[in-house]
Amino acid sequence: MITTFKNYFKSLFLLELLKGMSVTGRYLFAKKFTIMYPEQKAPVSPRFRGLHALRRYPNGEERCIACKLCEAVCPALAITIEAEPRDDGSRRTTRYDIDLFKCIYCGFCEESCLVDSIVETSHYEYHFENRGENIMTKEQLLKIGDSFEPQLAADLKAQAPYR
Amino acid sequence: MDFILDIWNFINQELPIMAILMKITAIVAPIMLLVAYFTFAERKLIGYMQVRVGPNRVGPKGWLQPIADAVKLMFKEIVIPTGANKFLFLMAPLLALGPALAAWAVFPFQEGLVLADINAGLLYVLALTSVAVYGVIIAGWASNSKYAFLGSMRSAAQIVAYEIAMGFALVGVLVAAGSLNLGEIVKGQSGSILHWYWLPLFPLFIIYWISAVAETNRAPFDVAEGESEIVAGFHVEYSGMTFAVFFLAEYANMILVSALAALMFLGGWLSPFQGTPLESLFEWVPGIVWLFIKTALFGFLFLWFRATFPRYRYDQIMRLGWKVFIPITIVWIMVVGLAVVYELPWWFD
Repeated sequence: MITTFKNYFKSLFLLELLKGMSVTGRYLFAKKFTIMYPEQKAPVSPRFRGLHALRRYPNGEERCIACKLCEAVCPALAITIEAEPRDDGSRRTTRYDIDLFKCIYCGFCEESCLVDSIVETSHYEYHFENRGENIMTKEQLLKIGDSFEPQLAADLKAQAPYR
Repeated sequence: MDFILDIWNFINQELPIMAILMKITAIVAPIMLLVAYFTFAERKLIGYMQVRVGPNRVGPKGWLQPIADAVKLMFKEIVIPTGANKFLFLMAPLLALGPALAAWAVFPFQEGLVLADINAGLLYVLALTSVAVYGVIIAGWASNSKYAFLGSMRSAAQIVAYEIAMGFALVGVLVAAGSLNLGEIVKGQSGSILHWYWLPLFPLFIIYWISAVAETNRAPFDVAEGESEIVAGFHVEYSGMTFAVFFLAEYANMILVSALAALMFLGGWLSPFQGTPLESLFEWVPGIVWLFIKTALFGFLFLWFRATFPRYRYDQIMRLGWKVFIPITIVWIMVVGLAVVYELPWWFD
């Protein structure tokens, strides 16, 4: 009886509605979370999985030894590798393609790599303008690796204790 | 200045139709501009309440956003469905917008500043706000689409239900003022902020305002649109400028009911400092500014409601209209009637 009366009173005087409005009214003056994207950017984790790259050793030799673990682990079958012995007898890739349309950016290739060769950089602002540009060749990947090397080394070092 | 006045007097006497057209333009153009920036205010305000910043890219701080929206809509193709009744399909938006603008004819912006000072102004306004529902019904029917039809049926039932509560709330006002002329109603409230009708007619004021939100099909009573249930309700099939006209009508109606609420319960153009020592200090402020501030207050409430409340269920809307509002208004009309008959001091003496 008393609860019925109470509820009736509450709904007649719109108390709950006023309570709701006070919440939105407070948030009107709250600090906004929006990041003004091109001018401001959200912080990027060292684990961020962006555009791929192939790394080199400090002496300029490419790291990849064509073990094809990444090709095997890739769930989207985005990686294609062909390999042959080089003139000096070492095993190297002759072809290393990643189809970025197939890639799901899971990071398995990076995890499986024995020599930290294939990595995903924190670079995420890229686009394609023509058909076929989505397939990254070995040369392109190595070039990306060269330009991001200091960042990549720092990220890998920051992550080393957890791997 | 004299020269302009001379021209105006000449036009007024020699070309009365031209003078009336000029007056209509002087009312409609600012309202259209107000509608455009009302949509901008809505997006900004709801954005702020949702802890984001809203549109801020077009022009300085986003101020050109409504202009950009309007230009975009004008260049869009108007798609007419194959099964639609073409004539009614194109008529419906105009039927929705027309009454929303026509109602301003009797609206007093300031003492004496009114296009048509007719005696039954309140009745005229009530009639026109009811006519607006035809635009919605015809749009739903002419589209030949089930969602549009559902939306228009909901809207029709809802508007009929709330029209009664709203009408009764206004009956209270006219009993208190003893006149149907909108200017007279405002003058009846002069004295001080406590003389305004929001105080003696408080329940009617609240009911009028909630009914007004329901009448304009705004959240939380937007079942006619119900974008999560029936896509966009009565205007699913509309695109480009035909859609834009519906949009204009909705916002023009919102501004209209806000302005009416300000007129009938918050003393219209009267200064809120009347009867206080501050009165002479604010005498230089023209009455239309006070009216604008009061209207903006109600406009803000519209947006605040939309940012806060989830949509009512359809049967709840009906229950609220028929079983809560109508009995309360009838009771309060009797209270007001008694107060007027026995000349309750302060308000009705």
